[in-house]
Amino acid sequence: MEREDARRAIDAVWRIESARLIAGLARMTGDVGVAEDLAQDALLAALEQWPAAGVPDNPGAWLMTTAKNRAIDRIRHREMAARKQEQLGHEVELRARHGEPDLAAIADDEIGDDLLSLIFTACHPVLATEARVALTLRLVGSLTTAEIAAAFLVKESTVAQRIVRAKRTLAEARVPIEVPGAAEREQRLASVLEVIYAIFNEGYAASGGEELIRVDLCEEAMRLGRILVGLAPREPEVLGLVALMELQASRFPARTGAAGEAIPLLEQDRSRWDFVLIGRGLKGLERAEALGRPLGPYALQAGIAACHARARTPEQTDWERIVAFYDGLAAITGSPVVRLNRAVAVGMAFGPAAGLELLDGLSGEPALAGYHLLPAARGELLERSGARKRRQRSSPAPPR
Amino acid sequence: MRVMAIVKATEDSEASVMPSEEMLTEMGAFNEELVKAGVMLGGEGLHPTSKGARVSFGGSGERTVIDGPFTETKELIAGFWLLQVRSFDEAVEWMKRCPNPHNEPGEIEIRQVFEADDFGEEFTPELREQEDRLRQQVEQNQ
Repeated sequence: MEREDARRAIDAVWRIESARLIAGLARMTGDVGVAEDLAQDALLAALEQWPAAGVPDNPGAWLMTTAKNRAIDRIRHREMAARKQEQLGHEVELRARHGEPDLAAIADDEIGDDLLSLIFTACHPVLATEARVALTLRLVGSLTTAEIAAAFLVKESTVAQRIVRAKRTLAEARVPIEVPGAAEREQRLASVLEVIYAIFNEGYAASGGEELIRVDLCEEAMRLGRILVGLAPREPEVLGLVALMELQASRFPARTGAAGEAIPLLEQDRSRWDFVLIGRGLKGLERAEALGRPLGPYALQAGIAACHARARTPEQTDWERIVAFYDGLAAITGSPVVRLNRAVAVGMAFGPAAGLELLDGLSGEPALAGYHLLPAARGELLERSGARKRRQRSSPAPPR
Repeated sequence: MRVMAIVKATEDSEASVMPSEEMLTEMGAFNEELVKAGVMLGGEGLHPTSKGARVSFGGSGERTVIDGPFTETKELIAGFWLLQVRSFDEAVEWMKRCPNPHNEPGEIEIRQVFEADDFGEEFTPELREQEDRLRQQVEQNQ
């Protein structure tokens, strides 16, 4: 096999296998840092051996076996060191009693749990959001430090440091690598979803020269979300987040003009929206709604995005339904920004005067003081109400 | 990026020979892997060309409808996946793991999907609008 072909093949295998590999090793060793080191060892071994010997039939199993052997080597080293210091303590005794097969055996049906555990660990609330983002992209997304740095427009050394510190924090806090129990689950899942949406928004908010990398980042966030749907298919908020991302990303081709200027939603050329993503987003939202539990913030936002996605022209937008989704959102978040958006939607659904009245109620809101969208929304609604009055005053044009 | 993995037809698939239960199970497991890896955007299997037709375009714009079946079996399409991957090689690696869809020799062809921007200047805004409007209608009629 040509060296270059082998390198490309290894790269592809790595992208497919590394998250599951690291997840299995993390369960074995109880430490994501050690797990990543072992996985890297296995990758190096592949880079040494595959170009000459060819890619094995089951490359994932090969990598896992190689990494496990390194893990056992490491433990033996530690044990030898311990013996030298005559500290034949508990650990070795325990291992002698239980033998080593629990290290060697990783059943296939546990891979899903392992991966979910890894995701929950990388997104643990003990870490700052940016650390969670970097660690998740690295361990679960198998992006290199350089790729993460390029996507977030920061120095590679900054990302590397962030990841090292995050791993150390997890080890020091003795965070167990597991799927959290029922009591913790909702809050921990929220932390995971926040990380995935942060990755998406980093890509979505960007414009300009780095556009390509940024689109990749959105795709990566959607991929992570879909993995999570596969692992936790009965969580409406997971489905809701993926639907939200897909519906927002469906507008990518239409949201910038020829000169790179941003085009607002209602002025976008809807024929350029991505129909594959719209179809997936609408279906995902349906699945979330079909679970029959109250919708959370992501599913509600997806509901709003779906109202826009379903409308072939801006005039066909179901604004009353959008208002209902904003009602739900406002009840959960209580955010003044949500209430502002709701006011605009009310203006669109029930006439500018109704919207303006709600906006007046928000004018004293300290959180919105200096928020540029408040006067912008007022201006928009005033203009619409002016246009309406002008239309009412003018006599109908004679038929031609 | 998006790629389409196209399953080529075989004598069996063209003869409506249903895959064995074992094959269906294996293929189901493979599909599940694609879904769980977050790369699966969609995919379908197609009826044999005996239920198909072709519209053939002549040089001066005349159109002729030709009913199936068609003979060049190995060039026909029996199904496809639409995948979101990070590199073309990743798609190739995935398809190397696909169980053989038929009980006889066959092929899966892997092709990168054009994004609207790939068309460059040739694809004018008007053309793009036409094409996209059509797609959107198809989508909304589903």
